[in-house]
Amino acid sequence: MDFLVFQYPMITIQACLDGLLLGILFALIAYGMALQWGVMNIINIAQGDLVILGGYIAYFMYLYGIHPAWGVIVSPIIMYFVGIAIYKLVINKVVDRDLFISILATFGISILFMQLMNFAFGADVVLANSGYGTTMLFDNNVVLPNSKIFSAFISVVFAICLVVYMKRSKLGRAIRATAQNARAAKILGVDTEKVYAATFGINAALCGVAGALISITFTIHPYMGLPYTIRSFMIVIVAGLGNLPGVAMSGMGLGIFEEFADYILGTEFRIGSVFLLLVLILVYRRFKLSRKREYLK
Amino acid sequence: MKIKNILITFVSAIALLFSTSVVSFAKVVGDKIILGAAISLTGKYSSNGVHTQNGYNMAVDRINSMGGVKVGGKTYKFDIIYYDDESNPKRAAQLAERLISQDKVEFMLGPYSSGLTKAIAPVTEKYGVPMVEANGASRSLFTKGYKYLFAVLAPANLYLDVAIRTAVELNGGKGVRIAQAFEQDAFSQDVRLGILDAAKETGSEIIIDDKLPKELNDMAATLVKVKQMKPDVLVVSGHTKGALTAIRQISEMKVDVPMLAMTHCDAAKLSKQHGKNSQYALCASQWHKTLTYKDDFFKDGMTYAADFEKEFGYDPPYQSAESSAALLVFKDAFERANTFDQKKVRDALAATNMQTFYGNIKFAPGGQNVDKPMVLFQVMCDDAGKCENKVVAPLKWASAELIHPVPKWSER
Repeated sequence: MDFLVFQYPMITIQACLDGLLLGILFALIAYGMALQWGVMNIINIAQGDLVILGGYIAYFMYLYGIHPAWGVIVSPIIMYFVGIAIYKLVINKVVDRDLFISILATFGISILFMQLMNFAFGADVVLANSGYGTTMLFDNNVVLPNSKIFSAFISVVFAICLVVYMKRSKLGRAIRATAQNARAAKILGVDTEKVYAATFGINAALCGVAGALISITFTIHPYMGLPYTIRSFMIVIVAGLGNLPGVAMSGMGLGIFEEFADYILGTEFRIGSVFLLLVLILVYRRFKLSRKREYLK
Repeated sequence: MKIKNILITFVSAIALLFSTSVVSFAKVVGDKIILGAAISLTGKYSSNGVHTQNGYNMAVDRINSMGGVKVGGKTYKFDIIYYDDESNPKRAAQLAERLISQDKVEFMLGPYSSGLTKAIAPVTEKYGVPMVEANGASRSLFTKGYKYLFAVLAPANLYLDVAIRTAVELNGGKGVRIAQAFEQDAFSQDVRLGILDAAKETGSEIIIDDKLPKELNDMAATLVKVKQMKPDVLVVSGHTKGALTAIRQISEMKVDVPMLAMTHCDAAKLSKQHGKNSQYALCASQWHKTLTYKDDFFKDGMTYAADFEKEFGYDPPYQSAESSAALLVFKDAFERANTFDQKKVRDALAATNMQTFYGNIKFAPGGQNVDKPMVLFQVMCDDAGKCENKVVAPLKWASAELIHPVPKWSER
């Protein structure tokens, strides 16, 4: 136990800001998960691995001399098609089955992706340097890497675009209709098969954006996906499926929680504390979840 | 009649195949000494596993082409059976069993990493199979009383010992204030124990003592504390990801610390990934090509590095050099034992006292090499941004002078 964080007020501010910026990024990944969970009733264990794959796309652009920030545009485009491909190959066969089958299937995809990435890109830890510099606040006592600010900003932009798209576009309406009642949507002429594929593609694209941002802000590694899956799962559990402001809030909450856990319990318990929180929340939410079926609004 | 002939040919072909496959797996066949090794060719250690394998192969080729091993008046050549342990300790132990009981291998080479060596050592010990390993530095390997385990490298607790002592020396012999962050794995925790010992002996104080998780990619919390408490030395050990994360966040957060000492910088290709931001970082290394140790096979470090680059297309990391050295040790021991009796080879190994291009090798009773100090190099960059690792400590091998204290970020 270490209570340094309360002795120095600057550290408290630092932890809150770090947590907020980080949480916004988590929320983006979680929103993708909420989307496909709501529409297709699939919990995607491979979510984190899609994120890491997106990160590698940005990393390779960086390796070939393109600024990794462009990865934010390129990575989702490639990942969209990766998502469609996964849907056509695997997910469409499990989409009507129960949750357990889909968890097994995506768990398999997750293992496959880890091994393939390890095989293709090697086991080295890599990162993409943005060269964005640092913002100093409060007489240099609080430091915010601009890469973190950049990734939070981009996450917000993408989240807003997505919300507008879901509300205004034809496909967006079709997705929401399918989420509310797939059968009714089908009767009314919505091609649900297409909607499912698009949903999975959009989710993969969001993971691509997040991955590119993570390669700019942190490091990536073929086996680093699972913590991102767990975090987004947890955010969705807390916020519910149809609730974007809720996802954003619980994302930021989780970010700040993690930072404080890091300062107080030590970095080694950072991921552990997330798992513990997940268990507590699952127990609490169990009854609530079983009582009513939620859907994307 | 025809059918009978075909049948006979078929049966004898199978018999032949069977006999060769059985024979070729015995320890010494014809003029071949067959060694066994489980190596991480896939999984999270695969890059260092490949460095290890390249080092082994390089030495096998070199020794074989330069006359092989002479035992009992006959010349033998080395050959290695490799299995992929998938970076998984359980698998490594199974493979060791398989190498020994099915393939009948009687001499083993080590895997990559302390964790996997720890998994294999009890097996080789049980069967009395001598194992020379080059990539398991954890102190706990050498305190278990293993009789058949020999490591050509310096134990983990000595990795950053030199850094603390150098810092104290530069501080006029007075103790320094140390901040440290270590990953939660066997190797890094041993490095930590070494620092605790060095701190105690030099009267230094440890003011931050953080542990890092396996999934490490953010250590901002530790660095914020460092910024507030201003230690004299910051020590980080968390394999490649620790080194990369530390440099990224130290440069982004503009953390000023007079000395930054780390492990695994050359495996992390620090200066390649971070360029000038990695400047002034001190890195513990088992070996550096500019060291002037010599032997008959690879001549010296520079020649080894040049030959290695020609063969594999990259500059050898120390993981490759120490793996090559393991073969030299085996050759030397076989020739002195002058037999393939496992016990006698084991005794010959224990009595090893030699110099290789990688360093002097002499084993303590626990099996660790006590005759080769760790070196520290510092990343130094010129104005054009080209960076090089230069040995700065210990002084005997230094090729450049240590830059201390590290200039502040505002002055760079």
